[in-house]
Amino acid sequence: MEKFTTHRGVGAPLKQSNVDTDQIIPAVYLKRITKTGFDDALFAGWRKNPEFVLNQPEYRNASVLVAGADFGTGSSREHAVWALRDYGFKAVISSRFADIFRGNSGKQGLLAAQVDQSDVELLWKLMEEQPGVEIQVNLESRTVTCGPVTVPFQIDDYTRWRLMEGLDDIGLTLQHEADIDAYERTRPAFKPTTLPART
Amino acid sequence: MTSTQTTAPRTLAEKVWNDHLVRQGEAGRPDLIYIDLHLLHEVTSPQAFEGLRLAGRGLRRTDLTIATEDHNTPTENIFSTIADETSRKQIETLRRNCEEFGVRLHSLGDAEQGIVHVVGPQLGLTQPGMTVVCGDSHTSTHGAFGALAFGIGTSEVEHVMATQTLSLAPFKTMAINVEGTLKPGVSSKDIILAVIAKIGTGGGQGHVLEYRGSAIRSLSMEARMTICNMSIEAGARAGMIAPDRTTFDYVEGRPHAPQGEDWDAAVEYWKTLHTDEGATFDREVFINADELEPFVTWGTNPGQGVPLSQAVPDPEDAGDDNAKDAARRALEYMGLEAGTPMKQIPVDTVFLGSCTNSRIEDLRAAAAIVKGRSKAENVRVMVVPGSAKVRLQAEAEGLDKVFTDFGADWRFAGCSMCLGMNPDQLAPGERCASTSNRNFEGRQGKGGRTHLVSPVVAAATAVRGTLSAPSDLEPVA
Ligand code: SF4
Repeated sequence: MEKFTTHRGVGAPLKQSNVDTDQIIPAVYLKRITKTGFDDALFAGWRKNPEFVLNQPEYRNASVLVAGADFGTGSSREHAVWALRDYGFKAVISSRFADIFRGNSGKQGLLAAQVDQSDVELLWKLMEEQPGVEIQVNLESRTVTCGPVTVPFQIDDYTRWRLMEGLDDIGLTLQHEADIDAYERTRPAFKPTTLPART
Repeated sequence: MTSTQTTAPRTLAEKVWNDHLVRQGEAGRPDLIYIDLHLLHEVTSPQAFEGLRLAGRGLRRTDLTIATEDHNTPTENIFSTIADETSRKQIETLRRNCEEFGVRLHSLGDAEQGIVHVVGPQLGLTQPGMTVVCGDSHTSTHGAFGALAFGIGTSEVEHVMATQTLSLAPFKTMAINVEGTLKPGVSSKDIILAVIAKIGTGGGQGHVLEYRGSAIRSLSMEARMTICNMSIEAGARAGMIAPDRTTFDYVEGRPHAPQGEDWDAAVEYWKTLHTDEGATFDREVFINADELEPFVTWGTNPGQGVPLSQAVPDPEDAGDDNAKDAARRALEYMGLEAGTPMKQIPVDTVFLGSCTNSRIEDLRAAAAIVKGRSKAENVRVMVVPGSAKVRLQAEAEGLDKVFTDFGADWRFAGCSMCLGMNPDQLAPGERCASTSNRNFEGRQGKGGRTHLVSPVVAAATAVRGTLSAPSDLEPVA
């Protein structure tokens, strides 16, 4: 995982609340078995619409998505994060994220920055006044800057630390393998096992 | 929810959490939680196996892992070759991976195959006080047993495979108190749709919901699973119901239930799994079961629902501008006019199935209504059992015959029309009364329009051809 400190790139306003994971990546794309190459699947249902924000020439190379509240609700599919990442997004800004989506983002190096709804609206306004304007996301100071405006964002300390260090989850946990062994020795015998199979 | 060991009164969720604490996170770091059961299906596992392979890691506890094929199932004929190449590839990849890593797999055609959330409880692998995870948001279903069960992303699937643990920040807790008695024709699906309409699709965010109260206690395990299943539609991490006699009776005698002394030890432990007197929840919600009616959704998220006796709401009456806008969009997508009585809305398809409502009891309830009747003309009715075992059981009871006499299509087990991933899909504009859990745009097929309902409402709708409650039906002649 790459380390994340700051990112600067074109912002795209997605002025819709409740963008669920079926909209971010429709189920039909979940059939793939790889971990990359999902850029074409992002918002697939909307991409055919010439009015859709990412089809506007100013936003083609957007890397910061500024979306309405409750972004990423619905299914747990991590493909939603892969699709955003593969398209080129480094950060998503919203006033509220679905829990699973937020968790998935942190693990893939995609920054989910939680900003007050009034600040989201302010960013939308700035982006519309100047389509294609760049937005800077600073994880160190937890701020989003667009032109003259700087607003704070929230992210939990742990996710922030991991993003900044670029740390892989499993490696972190395996540092505590002795604790896992010790726990397993205390598990009650009545807990079920799947093997040997009984049917 | 705090993760410290304490003798202070605790909620059910806190007890289960504490009993799985491998390591307490210091300084705001997440806790390391042990996972008792890891369920796999073909959609969210390939990249996790790929990750293990790339990192040269093994699967730590194959004996706590089980896989089944469900999402891509061809339910018309489970033995047919899957026509869609990517679907076939996902299934083949699961088979290869399970073989390579030594994971138990129930493949298409196997007597234990089915929707992962139907299979776990049916085998007796889901038990009170366990932690259960799966790369699938409806893992919350297993919370009906008093297990802490929740959906995880594919990286977490890989993490559990490699370590049998998860790094998690403690959840908050919310009590959903449902007191009273349900009227005939009102079921647990109506309880959960009413809960979601009340607290909203984001209302449960970050919380474990504990469903409590006399109405919940009186429900069967199947009905409890329906409720816990849809906790995720309220944005919650998980849903739980304290185990009781109903739970123990359901588990007892199942293939993987504890036996002999283990059974006694287990039950003794399970009896401690309830929220202590005086424990506090971060939030409490109250629902009066006496007042509930059959519920139905009119929009494109599960929170957009009303009692079936009401009309399509006016978007102008929805809360803030965002909600108004969302309601307008939803009505446009659904092809509905505000003010239309819900019961006048004709449907093209009725789908009885999915991990929400495809268990034997759901099929029995629907069969009792359609028995001796014939379906409305022009309505396609699909009945899809949740597992091969449910299908066999239903056939042994003659339910398949009731459904086919009625004019319904009796299918093989799988996720089917719950999501547009296999051949069972809605056509653009097609309207469906569905017992599944999600009415998102395009969920059941591109352009498809979904109304979420209970099994008995689905059955009554199949008879009349418009959204209907069982009480709307004329008695069978
Ligand atoms: S039935 Fe539907 S909700 Fe349940 S596991 Fe299958 S696709 Fe998911």
